[in-house]
Amino acid sequence: MSSNITYNELVIKFANVNGSGSASANTFCAKSLYRMGIPISAKNIFPSNIQGLPTWYEITISESEKLARKEKVDVMVAMNAQTYASDIDEVASGGTFIYDNSIQRKFDRDDIRVIGIPIAKLCAAEYTDQRQRQLFKNIVYLGGLSLLIGIDIDVIEKLLSEQFKGKQNLFDANLKALTIGRKYVADNIEYPLDKQVRKCNRNANKIMINGNEAAALGALYGGATVASWYPITPSTSLVEAFEKHANKLRKDKDGNINAAVIQAEDELSSVGMAIGANWNGSRAFTSTSGPGVSLMGEFLGLAYFAEIPLVLFNIQRGGPSTGMPTRTQQSDILTCAYASHGDTKHILLLPSDPNECFEFGYKAFDYAEKFQTPIMVLSDLDIGMNDWVVDQFKWDDNYSHDRGKLVTSEDIEKLKSFARYRDVDGDGIPYRTIPATHPDYGSYFTRGTSHTDTGGYTENGMIHAEMLDRITKKFDTAKEYLPHPIINLNSPKSKIGIINFGSTNVALNDAMQDLTRNGIGINHLRIRAFPFSKSVVDFINDHEFVFVLEQNRDAQMKKLLISEEDLDTNKLISILNYDGMPLTANFIVNNITEIINNNKNIKAANSPPIKIV
Amino acid sequence: MTYIKKPIFRHPSLPTNEIGLTYRDYEGVVSTLCAGCGHDSITASIIDACYELSLPAHKIAKLSGIGCSSKTPNYFLNNAHGFNSVHGRMPSVATGANLANRDLVYIGVSGDGDTASIGLGQYCHAIRRQLNLTYICENNGTYGLTKGQFSATNDKESKNKKGLDNPFGAIDLAIMAIELGAGFVARSFSGDKEQLVPLLKSALQYNGFSFIDVISPCVTFNNHGYSTKSYDYIREHRSLFGELDFIPEEETINTSYAEGETVTIKLHNGNDISFKKLGADHDPTDPHKVLNTLRNNRSDGKVTTGLLYVDPDKSDLHDTLNTSSKPLNSLSMNDLCPGGEELEEINNQFR
Repeated sequence: MSSNITYNELVIKFANVNGSGSASANTFCAKSLYRMGIPISAKNIFPSNIQGLPTWYEITISESEKLARKEKVDVMVAMNAQTYASDIDEVASGGTFIYDNSIQRKFDRDDIRVIGIPIAKLCAAEYTDQRQRQLFKNIVYLGGLSLLIGIDIDVIEKLLSEQFKGKQNLFDANLKALTIGRKYVADNIEYPLDKQVRKCNRNANKIMINGNEAAALGALYGGATVASWYPITPSTSLVEAFEKHANKLRKDKDGNINAAVIQAEDELSSVGMAIGANWNGSRAFTSTSGPGVSLMGEFLGLAYFAEIPLVLFNIQRGGPSTGMPTRTQQSDILTCAYASHGDTKHILLLPSDPNECFEFGYKAFDYAEKFQTPIMVLSDLDIGMNDWVVDQFKWDDNYSHDRGKLVTSEDIEKLKSFARYRDVDGDGIPYRTIPATHPDYGSYFTRGTSHTDTGGYTENGMIHAEMLDRITKKFDTAKEYLPHPIINLNSPKSKIGIINFGSTNVALNDAMQDLTRNGIGINHLRIRAFPFSKSVVDFINDHEFVFVLEQNRDAQMKKLLISEEDLDTNKLISILNYDGMPLTANFIVNNITEIINNNKNIKAANSPPIKIV
Repeated sequence: MTYIKKPIFRHPSLPTNEIGLTYRDYEGVVSTLCAGCGHDSITASIIDACYELSLPAHKIAKLSGIGCSSKTPNYFLNNAHGFNSVHGRMPSVATGANLANRDLVYIGVSGDGDTASIGLGQYCHAIRRQLNLTYICENNGTYGLTKGQFSATNDKESKNKKGLDNPFGAIDLAIMAIELGAGFVARSFSGDKEQLVPLLKSALQYNGFSFIDVISPCVTFNNHGYSTKSYDYIREHRSLFGELDFIPEEETINTSYAEGETVTIKLHNGNDISFKKLGADHDPTDPHKVLNTLRNNRSDGKVTTGLLYVDPDKSDLHDTLNTSSKPLNSLSMNDLCPGGEELEEINNQFR
């Protein structure tokens, strides 16, 4: 055994064939590590396919909490012969490549350790059923791996017992498969590896959850009662999670459900239903991805102009067109900000992890009613579908839903007059009634055609222009109510800043540590909403150069900043990634370092951070 | 017409209905449609039906898509909230609205362009779901607002105003509705209030999807001699399927019709539809016979009107979804938000 042992700093990657049942074994592995209290991040890199294509699952383990994806892998569990060649290339020098040597292979790397476990043979000897032979291969490699890197067997066993509660047969069978893997390694292979894991206590107040489930819980806590949707990767699991939780937590005393979940015939219909429900006073949402947003365009303009609350979760994926349905991107920024024809503009919320998906998930409904307009929550595949270890969710029981200027039947009797689209308070936000509010007062006609302040049809250009101006004012009012940016001025003397949003935050945090170590001081602002708060503009004005990090080709956030704010555009420097993968820290470090080294003005603007973080 | 404001004036001797409202209380703003438009007659029939049923107007929601017909919800029920949505998408908006509050009466007004072309998908799926909605298609076979293009319900043999042939066959929305499982399907003619009002009353009381295809001639673009949707053509080619009266639960059967066999169909909600059969073979609860008759009549150039089909036992979308009996939009935060303690439990599920 080598003396070079390190703990809790490694990357494990599983290379599998999709549809082979590997997902649950890989998730067991991630969850076991989480339960051992180790900081981890897990990424499922899967194909748009049901069975037969390559799929990968990466677990970054880092007690020092550098949890962004890494370019290299320390332990590769290669279970897919189709991808052996590229998988072995990814293994870091000194790393380990584990494969199923039921069929012996020669690999062309002498700087790594290759371990063969005859998994197919072991399963063939143990199981007679074809399906079992296939499924338990996954648990066998998990067993082998657990011994090789030191995953606590008790933790895995407990996890299995929870997973197969009440199904003793399945529990026994899984446990047997686990033992087969462990026994083979114990008898035949020198273990453990140099890179190992061990218990630490870092996850006591953390949960392991994906962003779609989190957003669904947000919607549930936000009082959503109607969810209308059309299946599309990677958003599908959001409404499915909402339905699952609603069926349990929203059951009334008669056994009926205080929510309606409806799968529409297409995205036009799903957004139409959500608009109809909101118009009628329910909190309703739809969930989709880029192609769905394109289809929803006309309706989004209607909700904008007729001022109907709406919450839309857009779990972004790789575009354009059908693009990369199972890869992540931040490429719907402009499409969403300006969705629909004519002068339209929408409020965007930009969560960076599942915790913010939960928080923005319920707040979105308040904003939608407060500002009577669509609120788009822009998550992405990485946040939405990957399991993240995040702070546990919190709820303040004193919090109550803000229904904005929704007029009740009592209110309306007191009001001398009601005009649906009149700016009574000077904030651009009008008062709103819902159908059946009162027998005599408050009814109006909702329309997408130009309207007077009482909702009547008009072709009077002045009235039309005034209406658009009032909606702009409403939008300006929203700026300071929406989630403010998170700002970190750790290099107060430096004149270099970086702006990011959404899921790139993990990689950026890692990168900032590396940059700091290299003497590069950069202040950081993470945008959390559009329209932009004044502090975003101040941050840009306070710096000579500001990097804008985003995952799209066209620098969409930079363009949005330029088009919406009065800025010195020359100081904004894009760092763009659009390969569909969650970012690595090195990508950011390398790009920034190169730009700074090649531009003496930027170099001069640098001043190292006050303290090493 | 556009500039005239209706005076708010009620003659003290105007008769009132059971809830003390006059006919005027069910009116809307003045129509801006062409003089003689069939749609205005339908509007008047809707007002009649709601007045006669003594429906509280504010408990009705009226929704539409885009087109001449879709403008009309503005012309009836001033005290009801209205929603003129986007082209062909009224059914989805109505679905959402209905899910939010199951206690209101929903009237959807659409046209043949809205229903049979751009919104055909939404029309079909609203039927599939048994949405509790009275869907009125004001069917004139033409695109009026864009000046006279053929619509998908225009018969193949029906030329346009300029005498040009229609290259494609017609979609029969009523036949489609029956095929797709609508619970209540009727066809009528805007010029026959005596038939349309009872149909509307029955449809409004029907718990589930009710569809009325109302042939409504476009006086400007589709009322010429070689149109099959003109006033004259419909009057000459109408085949009555049956006469109908709607009887609220508490009333006895109205027998104002001429002699003939009268059948009473009991609806889910306790109301009755009294139906006078015109042919011995006619059974509006048998979809196969009904479809057969409709197809035969159609090939004979006849336009079948009346109550075409009714299924008294259909359940509606809320039953299917198992939603709470209370309107979802009436639920409070206490009903909806599981709270902090429950969130602890939820957190534990993800450990």
